[in-house]
Amino acid sequence: MTVHHIVGAAVPRKEGWDKVTGAARYVDDMILPGMLHGATVRSTVARGKIKKIKFGAGIAWNEYVVVSAKDIPGKNCIALILDDQPCLAAETVNHAEEPILLLAHTDRHKLRKAVEVISIEYEALPSVHTLDESEQRSAIIWGTDNTFKSFLVEKGDVDALWKEAAHIVEGEYFTGAQEQLYIENNGMIAAFDPENGVTVWGSLQCPYYVHKALMALFALPEEKVRVVQMETGGAFGGKEEYPSMIAGHAALLAMKSGRPVKMIYDRMEDMAATTKRHPSRTRHRTAVSKDGKILGGEIEFVIDGGAYATLSSVVLSRGTIHAGGPYYWPSVRIRTKAVATNTPPHGAFRGFGAPQSLFAMERQMDRIAQVVGISPVEIRRRNFLKPGQSTTTQQVIREKMDLDRLLSRALELSDYAVKKKRFAVENKPGPRKKGIGIASFLHGAGFTGSGERYLNSLVGVDINAEGNVRVLVSSAEFGQGTNTVLCQIAAEALGLPYENVSIAQPDTTVVPNSGPTVASRTAMIVGKLVQSAAKGIQETLTRTKLLRDEYTSEEFRAACKEYIAAHGALKSYARYEAPPDVFWDDEKYRGEAYAAFAWAVYVAEVTVDLTTYSVTVDDFVALQEVGKVLHPVLAEGQVMGGVAQAIGFALYEKVVWQNGRMSNNQMTNYIMPTSMDLPPIRVFFEELGNVHGAHGAKGIGELPMDGPAPAIINAVEDATGVRFSSIPLLPEDLFEALRPESGEQFVSASVRGTA
Amino acid sequence: MRADPSEYKLVSPGNLQGALSLLAAEPAQWLPIAGGTDVMVLYSAGKLPSRNVINIWNIPELRQIEVLPDCIRIGAACTYTSLRNHDIVGREFSLLATTASWTGGIANQNRGTLGGNIANASPAADSLPALLVYDADLTLISLRGERRVPYRTFHTGYKQTVLGADELILNISLPRRFSGYVSHARKVGARNAQAISKVCLAALGQISRGAIRDVRLAMGSVAPVPLRLHETEKVLTGKKIRPSLFDAARNSVLKEIQPIDDIRSTARYRSAVAGNLVAEFLEKLAAEGANA
Amino acid sequence: MSLLPAASAKWEVSFTVNGHAKKVLAHPMERLLDVLRNDLGLTGTKEGCGEGECGSCSVLLEGMLVNSCLVPVAQADGTSIVTIEGMAAHALMKLLQESFLECGGAQCGICTPGMILAAVHLLEKKPQPALTDIREGLAGNLCRCTGYMQIFEAVAKAARQRVAQ
Repeated sequence: MTVHHIVGAAVPRKEGWDKVTGAARYVDDMILPGMLHGATVRSTVARGKIKKIKFGAGIAWNEYVVVSAKDIPGKNCIALILDDQPCLAAETVNHAEEPILLLAHTDRHKLRKAVEVISIEYEALPSVHTLDESEQRSAIIWGTDNTFKSFLVEKGDVDALWKEAAHIVEGEYFTGAQEQLYIENNGMIAAFDPENGVTVWGSLQCPYYVHKALMALFALPEEKVRVVQMETGGAFGGKEEYPSMIAGHAALLAMKSGRPVKMIYDRMEDMAATTKRHPSRTRHRTAVSKDGKILGGEIEFVIDGGAYATLSSVVLSRGTIHAGGPYYWPSVRIRTKAVATNTPPHGAFRGFGAPQSLFAMERQMDRIAQVVGISPVEIRRRNFLKPGQSTTTQQVIREKMDLDRLLSRALELSDYAVKKKRFAVENKPGPRKKGIGIASFLHGAGFTGSGERYLNSLVGVDINAEGNVRVLVSSAEFGQGTNTVLCQIAAEALGLPYENVSIAQPDTTVVPNSGPTVASRTAMIVGKLVQSAAKGIQETLTRTKLLRDEYTSEEFRAACKEYIAAHGALKSYARYEAPPDVFWDDEKYRGEAYAAFAWAVYVAEVTVDLTTYSVTVDDFVALQEVGKVLHPVLAEGQVMGGVAQAIGFALYEKVVWQNGRMSNNQMTNYIMPTSMDLPPIRVFFEELGNVHGAHGAKGIGELPMDGPAPAIINAVEDATGVRFSSIPLLPEDLFEALRPESGEQFVSASVRGTA
Repeated sequence: MRADPSEYKLVSPGNLQGALSLLAAEPAQWLPIAGGTDVMVLYSAGKLPSRNVINIWNIPELRQIEVLPDCIRIGAACTYTSLRNHDIVGREFSLLATTASWTGGIANQNRGTLGGNIANASPAADSLPALLVYDADLTLISLRGERRVPYRTFHTGYKQTVLGADELILNISLPRRFSGYVSHARKVGARNAQAISKVCLAALGQISRGAIRDVRLAMGSVAPVPLRLHETEKVLTGKKIRPSLFDAARNSVLKEIQPIDDIRSTARYRSAVAGNLVAEFLEKLAAEGANA
Repeated sequence: MSLLPAASAKWEVSFTVNGHAKKVLAHPMERLLDVLRNDLGLTGTKEGCGEGECGSCSVLLEGMLVNSCLVPVAQADGTSIVTIEGMAAHALMKLLQESFLECGGAQCGICTPGMILAAVHLLEKKPQPALTDIREGLAGNLCRCTGYMQIFEAVAKAARQRVAQ
């Protein structure tokens, strides 16, 4: 067969033309005849009993459709993991912005007015707003002890270490909530009819999550629920679970009114009411030898899950498994938990727990270097995992990887040694201090442990009457390149031109459940299945002698038509098979956590301006080993975009909480970087292949989120000598730390070793 | 979008006389809208204080920039883009051209107007301190006639001005006598573009034989109104620029400003940065003065 | 005209959009964004924030880049407007479409219409922009997906190709 090189080439984005012409159809671009608009009445208190609901004067209430919890035909919950989150609050509310009533009307503006005149009286209940308050149990707001989930990872013998250690290094690190800030707000259109059931169209990542949630909410069988993904304007995890809620709401209104209902959030509502990244606190206590080798230690990692469990257990899981970073820990005890607070539930956001625990680990490494008296570079070299060694969960590294070499290359690309020396000299006088910092890290691709087995993904490829190939997956495109990459893989597998392959719009009546579009699993796991399913088409045709082993695209087309004429259809499915050598123990939290890890070293160069106390990132090097680069432009774009979001996480994006509610819920006051704020982001790849992914690809979508924040804060410490432990680091925070009265918690000079 | 358009009236007289007649007939009833970059944001949030809006975007008398031998007169509805593009503004009033370039992005500069920002009276507006140091005068106009008001007297309190219920700002005059000054502006926001200022400084100075002959300092976001730092100017005028002067300047700035904690920043940060910005200007003045 | 119109009276607003004469009946304080999307079915212009921060709603109004979420439709009366749908007729559009596709300038695509309009506006004012000009020209258009780098490259590439033509 002719060898094409579609995989690895910069083919045009499959839906790119529609995007650059404005023809791409997002949910708010769609109108259905007879459509109503829907809106949500939300709690204004963080925790309380609903005493009275008053429908205000001046509104013709008979024109409105009103839905409350009583209207829910099935279970009043958003089915996910623990099913503890109500779709609509009935008697109590557990967070501000919790949905209580739904309204629909033909006129969007009249709808808004009606929402504003509904007043609700609550009997306030004691509420908990921070991690500390939750742990201290000033009130029990969830379960018996405010704890959604906890994990314990143990390896070796931690208690024996402390006596032997030449150094014991402690640190406490914090990360704040972060808003995904997709430029397209959450939106959904729903239709209901008694015979066919519920249909929803919307902005979403996981059609089958929404499908499952609607089945439970409406007590409908699977064939009576249909979920269709529209073009989605950014997601980043923020549309992993939340769409189930807004879909449920729109569908309930559609059911009650008998008409289609469109619900589109405005920016203020979306920011205040929907999920954000889990805030975290990590405590490290590390036993280190005289020459800087980690002997072992204790890591405590706690995340704030908000008012309901939602995905917190899974975020906790990933944060737990990544807490030790890319280092060899002979012994370790990692104790983690997700706790409840009376805030809108936190949820998935690119990285999913790993950016939080890796921030702590990478700051801790620089701290260890200071205490031992060696450089941040050297401390990492002495502790990097190597093939054949085991991780904190005792997964033996069997893939090809060489962090030492990756680090050397990153240092060279960033001119680290020269700059470090130069900054040390040039920083002495003047208000501008420069610094350079590194972060080395890993990101596991796919669902943790037995997760992929549980997902049991199914992928299809079919051929239409004209002989064109179509990929059938529930994997959603939301900018990261799903459509393009999966079509590349199918085209390559079949030896056909990229143009001859299309991908079906994710519609649960058309595509099988290939799992959610999360966890950096699409290229690696779903891609591999697409490859298999495509090969299945080929095998069918060669088996029935309609096609030779080598063929042209015209011959392929002819063979397909012949087959379809004889058999009616030509389809092939491939189902996930867990690799035989991947074992995970859910109870001991031990074993092969991920089939593959991507490895990375990032370097950040910053300027700290002591006139304004602001930090600017001047240059950024992002080097990662990803198995195989399936599409150079898309892969580079993923890394650049992730780094940009992580720069926001480190320096700009602060959620301001007031009584359990986000008070800076506008783009004016929640600050994401503009085109004038970001450095050149220089992206480099290494490709060492991988046995599990299509063409050796490993996941890359989330990896870029893990490294920038610690690299930047390491650089800021390099520049200022101040040991910051908390992000976002705003100019106001830097200012407070540099005031002479700030006290002993900050050091005035760091020990610098030589690179 | 949290406002119902059907509840709002808009009139568009298209000429100054028509606009002023309406304002005279129904004083304080009609909210003027020029480029809408402030009004429409409030409107969309459902927070516009009036349901009646009068369009002044298309009134020719408000959109001209006149260059006279001793001053320039900027029509109140001149956009930030038109200021940036104007030759004399760029050459003789660089603080205004520079701060105009900091006001939102290009799309907002194409619509935002100087008069609109003045009337909106936010103490955080980027260009208002420049008007203070340039000794701007405003011409206010109504059916009763025109009156000239020094800009430094225009703001009387937080979002309060001397603008009468039947008046519009007609133009802003700037005397053409600042070409020989060292000028310096700096805005500190949460990011490099599209940011409301946390602190901003507009400064002019002249050095003669190593001493400060004239210095003009104005700041935004450090008081309920855009603030001219008269006391600090007094401390600096006539003095040679030495290390001790920097300390005296910082102390004076700290005493003169009244910053607050708000959703964007803290009073302590603003105070510290305000002092730093003035010190930075003094260094620039010293350096330029040494070269003069 | 009467100085005191009846409450909630709609206006007949006339303007050209993408070269075509249009007439709509709309409340004068309807946002131009909503009139374009809902009355004229031109859904290429997007709403991202409703407060003039994100630039997704950018259009050209009398050749000037504006945020259509901040323009009352009454002020568009008698003007000429260009949206992303009208870009097909614009000399720079094909160059930008191709360069955006080649360089990865569009990921999720929601900021793309506004971004392309801002790029057109920039290249009309500065045919050979330096990187700082590109950064400034696009500073009012937020992109959450790309980190901007590939957008800068796309704009620079289109500028170079236009000069070469």
